[in-house]
Amino acid sequence: MLTITDLTTSYGPVRALDSVDMTVEAGRITAVLGANGAGKTSLLRTVSGLVRPSSGTITLDGTDITGAPVESMVHRGMAHVPEGRGVIAELTVEENLRLGARGAAKRPSDAPAPVRTLDDAYQLFPVLGDRRSAQAHTLSGGERQMLVIARALLARPTLLLLDEPSLGLAPRIVAQIFDLIRTLVADSGLTVLLVEQNARSALSIAHTGVVLNLGKVVVTESAEVLRNDTALRHSYLGF
Amino acid sequence: MTDDIQKLVNVLLNGLTQGIVIAAFALALVLIFRSTRIINFAQGSQAMFTTYLALTLLNRDFPYWAAFAVALAAGFVIGAVLERVVIRPLEGGMELNIVIATLGLYVAIQALAAILFGSDYQSFPSPFGMTGFQVGDLNLALTPTSIFVLCTVGVVGVGLTLLFQKTQLGLTMRAAAFDGEVSRILGIKVSHLLTFGWALAGLVGSVAGILVATGTFIYPSYMETLIAFGFIAAVIGGLDSPVGAVVGGVLLGLVNSLVSGYVASGLVTLAAFALLIVVLLLKPGGLFSSTTARRV
Repeated sequence: MLTITDLTTSYGPVRALDSVDMTVEAGRITAVLGANGAGKTSLLRTVSGLVRPSSGTITLDGTDITGAPVESMVHRGMAHVPEGRGVIAELTVEENLRLGARGAAKRPSDAPAPVRTLDDAYQLFPVLGDRRSAQAHTLSGGERQMLVIARALLARPTLLLLDEPSLGLAPRIVAQIFDLIRTLVADSGLTVLLVEQNARSALSIAHTGVVLNLGKVVVTESAEVLRNDTALRHSYLGF
Repeated sequence: MTDDIQKLVNVLLNGLTQGIVIAAFALALVLIFRSTRIINFAQGSQAMFTTYLALTLLNRDFPYWAAFAVALAAGFVIGAVLERVVIRPLEGGMELNIVIATLGLYVAIQALAAILFGSDYQSFPSPFGMTGFQVGDLNLALTPTSIFVLCTVGVVGVGLTLLFQKTQLGLTMRAAAFDGEVSRILGIKVSHLLTFGWALAGLVGSVAGILVATGTFIYPSYMETLIAFGFIAAVIGGLDSPVGAVVGGVLLGLVNSLVSGYVASGLVTLAAFALLIVVLLLKPGGLFSSTTARRV
């Protein structure tokens, strides 16, 4: 589905990504793991077009999307949930969701999607339905994460980019959200590229894990192998 | 006794009419500020220029409403062109560069108007009467023209409210103003909306330019008082709130009129700044600022 070849992204003299090669298979969860500063967020921001790579190519379903503007990604079936949640705090829950639904307008109407209408979103996350008229800045961290995931799903993506969904959330909420991601992928064939510092939780739902260190891919393995590789876990994943 | 009542009523009516025009101009400033965090110092010059365009048509016997419509359309186009040609290339640098560019435009457009239209005073007609209504023994300072002014700004205010609250375009404009990056991720073409915001501000500014000119004289710097008062009103209202701009404008108009009617007309500017300082001391973000919501 997504193929990244020899991708390098630099911020001035700093190389955030250094010749990264990886593939994300359709209908699967690929977790990108690594410490703070390993280049995980830079990877997602480059894939979604927020940052231009200095070299390399990104292809989505065979189409070269390297350097395509971020505004066009929603129409190509890619939804990015940025780090720090990215709710628009001054808008209401419903307005945030309507912005997501707006992105579905140019998607094929038969694209499989678990969340097609605002009502679907409220059914998936009843807490959002209860607070639909509340300004998003009044939501708790977990509710915000649910809001941005619902908003991203409303755009009917085939590829969902998730940046640190567990950040700052209580373990119970993290478990709930990861469970939801696993169910969505299993039921609807959604593809997920998940960036996480919380490697243990990410590997519990991922099919494949890619470990980044200082902008380079150091390991690409099935999640099961990574879960059982004690030496690797100790050196890169911290658990 | 009747004289006292008449004076008070008329001072308030004058204040309301003046205030609503200030509000319209402040709205134009707020439209640009809330999406770009930039004060457009050229807003008044743009409005002056489109008012001259309207007057040129009126002098050639075009109907009033045609001239009015052309001025608004010109305001819209000029706003969009300035954003694309002058402002856009400066984006990404220091914000101060853009502010300085708008100051340059402020002077340049005034000079251009003086070259094209001359710098003499020219009278700008009103489509309605200028004689006050009479209620019993009271001679009101409310004229058909001032009712026209109030209604026009009312229509602009309601129109903008509907645009922002009820339409998809308005929702995306608010989203882009609050969080540009997230909006782009959601597929919103933020750069198009910035151009549209400047165009809309140009249109609203043109309305203010014509209303303040109606029934009086225009010359290349006739907007200057309104510019100063419009800035004060916008700041009082919180700079990023359209409702705040209207409240700030009306409040300022009333204070100005009360000071001019009961104290001394020479103190109006002083009173306007005093009001600004008092509001900022009590509520540093302005009366209707939304910035508190961001401090989570």
